Amino acid sequence: MNFDFTDDQREIRRTARELLTARSPMERVREAAEEGAYDPSLWQELVELGWPGIAIPEAHGGQGLGVLELVILLEELGYAAAASPLLSNAAAGLLIDAAGSEEQRARLLPGIADGSATATLAFAREDVADLVPDAEAAAHVVLVEDGVATLHAVGDGEIAIEPRETIDPTRRYARVRVTRPGSGESLGAPATLAAGLDRAEIALAAELTGLAQRALDMTLAYVKERRQFGVPVGVFQAVSHRCAQMLLDTEGARSATYFAAWAADADPDSLARGASLAKTAASDAGVHATAAAIQLHGGIGFTWEADVHWLYKRAHLDAAQLGPAREHRRRVARLAVAGAGRSSPAQAAI
Amino acid sequence: MDLTFSPSELAFRDELRGWLAAHHPGPEPEGEAESLEHRIDWQRELAAAGWAAVYWPEEYGGRGATLVESAIFNEELARARAPYPANVLGLVLGGPTLMVHGSQEQRDRYLPPIVTAEEIWCQGFSEPDAGSDLAALKTRAVKVDGGWRVTGQKVWTSFAHRAKWCMLVARSDPEAKKHRGLTYFLMDMEQDGVLVRPLRQITGAAEFNELFLEDVWIPDENVVGGVGNGWAVALTTLMNERAGLAFGLQVALKVLLDELTEIAAERGLLEDESVAERLGDLHVRAEILRLTAYRGLTAQMKYGQPGPEGSLTKWMWSETNQHATELAVELLGPEALATDSPWAFALLRARGNTIEGGTTEILRNIVAERVLGLPRMR
Ligand SMILES: Cc1cc2nc3c(=O)[nH]c(=O)nc-3n(C[C@H](O)[C@H](O)[C@H](O)COP(=O)(O)OP(=O)(O)OC[C@H]3O[C@@H](n4cnc5c(N)ncnc54)[C@H](O)[C@@H]3O)c2cc1C
Repeated sequence: MNFDFTDDQREIRRTARELLTARSPMERVREAAEEGAYDPSLWQELVELGWPGIAIPEAHGGQGLGVLELVILLEELGYAAAASPLLSNAAAGLLIDAAGSEEQRARLLPGIADGSATATLAFAREDVADLVPDAEAAAHVVLVEDGVATLHAVGDGEIAIEPRETIDPTRRYARVRVTRPGSGESLGAPATLAAGLDRAEIALAAELTGLAQRALDMTLAYVKERRQFGVPVGVFQAVSHRCAQMLLDTEGARSATYFAAWAADADPDSLARGASLAKTAASDAGVHATAAAIQLHGGIGFTWEADVHWLYKRAHLDAAQLGPAREHRRRVARLAVAGAGRSSPAQAAI
Repeated sequence: MDLTFSPSELAFRDELRGWLAAHHPGPEPEGEAESLEHRIDWQRELAAAGWAAVYWPEEYGGRGATLVESAIFNEELARARAPYPANVLGLVLGGPTLMVHGSQEQRDRYLPPIVTAEEIWCQGFSEPDAGSDLAALKTRAVKVDGGWRVTGQKVWTSFAHRAKWCMLVARSDPEAKKHRGLTYFLMDMEQDGVLVRPLRQITGAAEFNELFLEDVWIPDENVVGGVGNGWAVALTTLMNERAGLAFGLQVALKVLLDELTEIAAERGLLEDESVAERLGDLHVRAEILRLTAYRGLTAQMKYGQPGPEGSLTKWMWSETNQHATELAVELLGPEALATDSPWAFALLRARGNTIEGGTTEILRNIVAERVLGLPRMR
């Protein structure tokens, strides 16, 4: 039992924090949001570092590391609120790697790993997915409807992609509509598909955890400086207790996300439970902590100028993807019923 | 990161499971006095087999187990629905405090009888005018030849009626500043001048007491951690209370939730989506608490003592336990509110969880000031 990172994993986190602090400070995030486009040089740099393929097997052009290493990167990307298609592409990569056939993996994963043919993924209803991240620039879109995943190649006339503005301009979204019903190639059997979706949920949870931590850090810096009634506002318990709550929520999200990532790599029996824990805890933490950040910044927090709103907006969009927290809560309850009589627990001790 | 148990941890667990299956003490008898005696007997049996204080060194009656094994012990005990050993304040608070601040003589003298439950311990911190603001306490310790004479009043003192030793914090220097003038003593409860009066709780039971002290004698050798250093020693006790207890209690919470889930499933209540969602939410919270407790354990193995982060787990546990018992009585209906229902007791007892061992408001202050570095109110 050891709930800590290895030195290599810590190194990944340190490198990511340093690089993103330098290359994706809030001014860059704002520029990307206001211009409605990602900074291509940042993406180029991430590709050169091999980040898009960090969790993709070496045989398919990736670095062959685990979901845990990807989670470490994504938490940092969330912390930076970086404007980049890395998350959507990596999430689709996890799904295809887990659920795709040998042939599909060999064909699709290399382009995902080196960023030359990216993919993205979303839930659809009646052949329409309302908000698909980074679909316009992607080579492939995976739509999941009623537990069935279908892969569409962009540009083959099977789907129509219309860009849509959302409250989160730091990321590109589009509506994707299947124009030729029944088109596309099917991806994965139900069981492997579920495992792939669970991995994608964990990736979202990691970004949400990073967003929550950033909201907390920005808020702490502000309430230690800002003075009212002759004292820093952080002195007031209504303020400091809300900060403590932000920490509690963020640490909870982090515990769940790391556990889930570990389960994805090492303990398939705990994956479903872990993924739903992570998605629930991180969605709640992300939305609540970023909302608290706006509140605790006062009027300035409500301005376009202050950067806390990017975090709040991103958190809402992330929380809305791949099933809302309420569905994951119900799933946890169902898993608890199923697991109650479990005589020999899964490999995971916790 | 490796969240499995190692072969030796598994062997430890299996040995314990086997032992618990063969030695389970059976259901707790009714009545507080009876139930306490039952748990004292149970602790003796645990101690005789080396299970009462697994994390303690063998020389003091422990098993020399690792922190993880100690976590396993707590989990298995709760899972087997066996009671916690009776001398909880000695095992979780007093013993660990002596291991940090006590002299060799004190450890040799006091630790073994904690393990065997020969000597029960209590914690004399709170006073009528000093609860959250513990350092405002007024109980006076006056230096005399060879020791101290202590006069004052303590309150909410759990197990005082059965205790041999009391971890007593008293004001030894009325001239010194608030936190500086305190000393931590081990007070013999079996002497004239110590009057214990039971206090009835909202559950109807009387776990805690008032303690009246009149010219009580404490010899010099019973000062822990040096005269005037009582605040630091008391903080060690409190951090062990928050971090140490939450670990065992989170498992009890999981057991309670599993039981509730089983009942809800049997009665078809989970088909109601809102019920499934609320129950799922409590499972999420309980599991996150557990995961966070294990993360804290890894950190404690690296850095030694439990840190102020232990306040987070105590806070999470107490609130989740309250919500869980509230949902239980809501789902089970009026029958759960009859006094012979264990759920009724659980509901009421849980209200104390956010008060005992530091109120949630105080824990938030600690997190804000000591973990987040926010400025404090003067
Ligand atoms: C079941 C149980 C067992 C106990 N066992 C023991 C024991 O064995 N030994 C022992 O010494 N004590 C024991 N206690 C006492 C417990 O530690 C105290 O009750 C607790 O520390 C609170 O102190 P108080 O009761 O004086 O409340 P107060 O300090 O008077 O608090 C009243 C309210 O004000 C709030 N408050 C106070 N100060 C602040 C602040 N600075 N900021 C924000 N809010 C604040 C509190 O959170 C609370 O809501 C026990 C209590 C219970 C319920």
